[in-house]
Amino acid sequence: MRDFAVNRTSGLLVLPLVCVLALFLVVPICLILVVSFWDYNEWNFFPAFIFDNYAYIFTSPVTWATYLRTLQYTVITWVFCTAIGFTVAYFLAFHVRSQTWQIALFLLCTIPFWNSNIIRMISWIPFLGRNGIANSVLLDAGLIDVPLEWLLFSDFAVILAFVHLYTLFMVVPVFNTMMRIDRSLIEAARDAGASGWQTLVHFVLPLSKPGLMIGSIFIVTLVMGDFITVRFMSGGQSASVGRVIANEIALLQYPAAAANAVILLATVLLIVSVMLRYVDIRKEL
Amino acid sequence: MAAPHLELVNVSKQYADTPAVRGVNLGVNEGAYVCILGPSGCGKSTLLRMVAGHETVSDGDIVLAGQNITTLNPAQRGTAMMFQSYALFPHLSVRDNVAFPLRMRGVDQADRLTQADDMLERVQLGSLSNRFPAQLSGGQQQRVALARAMITTPRVLLLDEPLSALDPFLRVQIRSELRQLQRDLGITFVHVTHSQDEALALADQVVVMNDGEIQQSSTAFDVFNKPRSEFVAKFIGGHNVLSLGDRRVSIRSDRMSISRQARDGLFATVVDIEFQGASVLVKSQLDDDVDAVVVQLSDERFFDQPLVVGESVCLMWREEDAHTLAA
Repeated sequence: MRDFAVNRTSGLLVLPLVCVLALFLVVPICLILVVSFWDYNEWNFFPAFIFDNYAYIFTSPVTWATYLRTLQYTVITWVFCTAIGFTVAYFLAFHVRSQTWQIALFLLCTIPFWNSNIIRMISWIPFLGRNGIANSVLLDAGLIDVPLEWLLFSDFAVILAFVHLYTLFMVVPVFNTMMRIDRSLIEAARDAGASGWQTLVHFVLPLSKPGLMIGSIFIVTLVMGDFITVRFMSGGQSASVGRVIANEIALLQYPAAAANAVILLATVLLIVSVMLRYVDIRKEL
Repeated sequence: MAAPHLELVNVSKQYADTPAVRGVNLGVNEGAYVCILGPSGCGKSTLLRMVAGHETVSDGDIVLAGQNITTLNPAQRGTAMMFQSYALFPHLSVRDNVAFPLRMRGVDQADRLTQADDMLERVQLGSLSNRFPAQLSGGQQQRVALARAMITTPRVLLLDEPLSALDPFLRVQIRSELRQLQRDLGITFVHVTHSQDEALALADQVVVMNDGEIQQSSTAFDVFNKPRSEFVAKFIGGHNVLSLGDRRVSIRSDRMSISRQARDGLFATVVDIEFQGASVLVKSQLDDDVDAVVVQLSDERFFDQPLVVGESVCLMWREEDAHTLAA
């Protein structure tokens, strides 16, 4: 009897959250799933139950090429974000001794985020452009004779913007994990004869794994789903899965866009579930 | 007499403005079990960490086995430290934890794992070598930490409050195991503690510290029976410090007696009675002193003629039990 009352209370307590998630997460995804089986023509789309959308995606060579390109972006961005993010977090957590400075420098890292993503992205354009700051500096310094063309509207620019936008998503969780590493472990490692490098490899790195994994999930999901950065920074010359979906929406091909979205969602979920197999992040949450 | 195995010469530690350790001189013989005893903040842990090399020395020298180790790395000193929280590596198995210091010394895998297993056998953890630290009880973790510290056969093992994380029952048991192990291995132990019982039970040499300085360094027997200063007498416990004429004396609580018939002694009023099992503590207040005087009576003696709170009594002792303290 009492158990029942307790269950009912807890049921009521989780009800608001269930409603929010159902309304804003489950229902939209279900809608997308349903629409992905609909049919469409040049000016309209209508209920049906056909597999043509999926069949087209899987048979089109464009799909494979875009997925490959998107994965490429993801992997390269991940490598740079991880390397930079880990280094910054390590510096903040282990080399900055006073807590005041730690907090101050940490906030400094977040300042760019007071601005919108798009603004931060666009602000690269005057820097990287043909007559941009980077090229003028290099020309003036005599390091190059003609302006570098590949700085802007290229894969380089796309990756640069991604790394700039998303490194903090790696810094924050890794810093958080590092701050939880018992400092006496580091002393014990030194006591056992480990050098600074050995301590990093044998202790800091493995013990930071949960944070690295959380940051990696952020970066993978953000880059896989991105369409605006790729469009702006590649000058429309590169494709990504997100851009394909955005184009289809622009052409009112909603069922095709929905099918693409379902496949992208499945791909990202697959990648994340594989990542979670290797690291237990539950203790971090 | 031979030079001490471990010697601290005028060792000081200065933090910003506050001195943590002031000019400590200490000699420790090889194979001795030394307890550094003192209240929290007295500098005992800082002193230990300076010997271990985890804290820089502001001034003075540390000499171990004839070698000045003041500025060496922790691993070059021939010391090993056992941390208060044990500091076991959570992502390594028990065996890998114990083998780790050997790994850092370049011992090959087969060899170091054999040695780790031997050491784990020694601390009776042979069957748990594949577990991870989180799967062990507090007492077992403590033994792993001990095994890891001893695997390199250090010249001196430094223990920072090794028993304080254990529950009282286990503490007494592990305490005797620690002493047994030290005797078997013949390694010099320097053990920091704030527990008087621990120091008296374990140590060949007790070093009492207060306010960054050594108050007394002698055998456990002497620290208890001939405390040098009022601080030592009060900190070690079981003593009353009284003013007799122009001198301060300490008298062990169990060497005092209480009489109802006023004779020649100190007059006092009983303010509290505490039953301890085998003995009874009678607290009484002198007219002219702020501290209560505690007399420990055997239960037989107390219940022969039980006292009550509020009673006027006379406190007595034999002259040879009154130990004069340094000023």
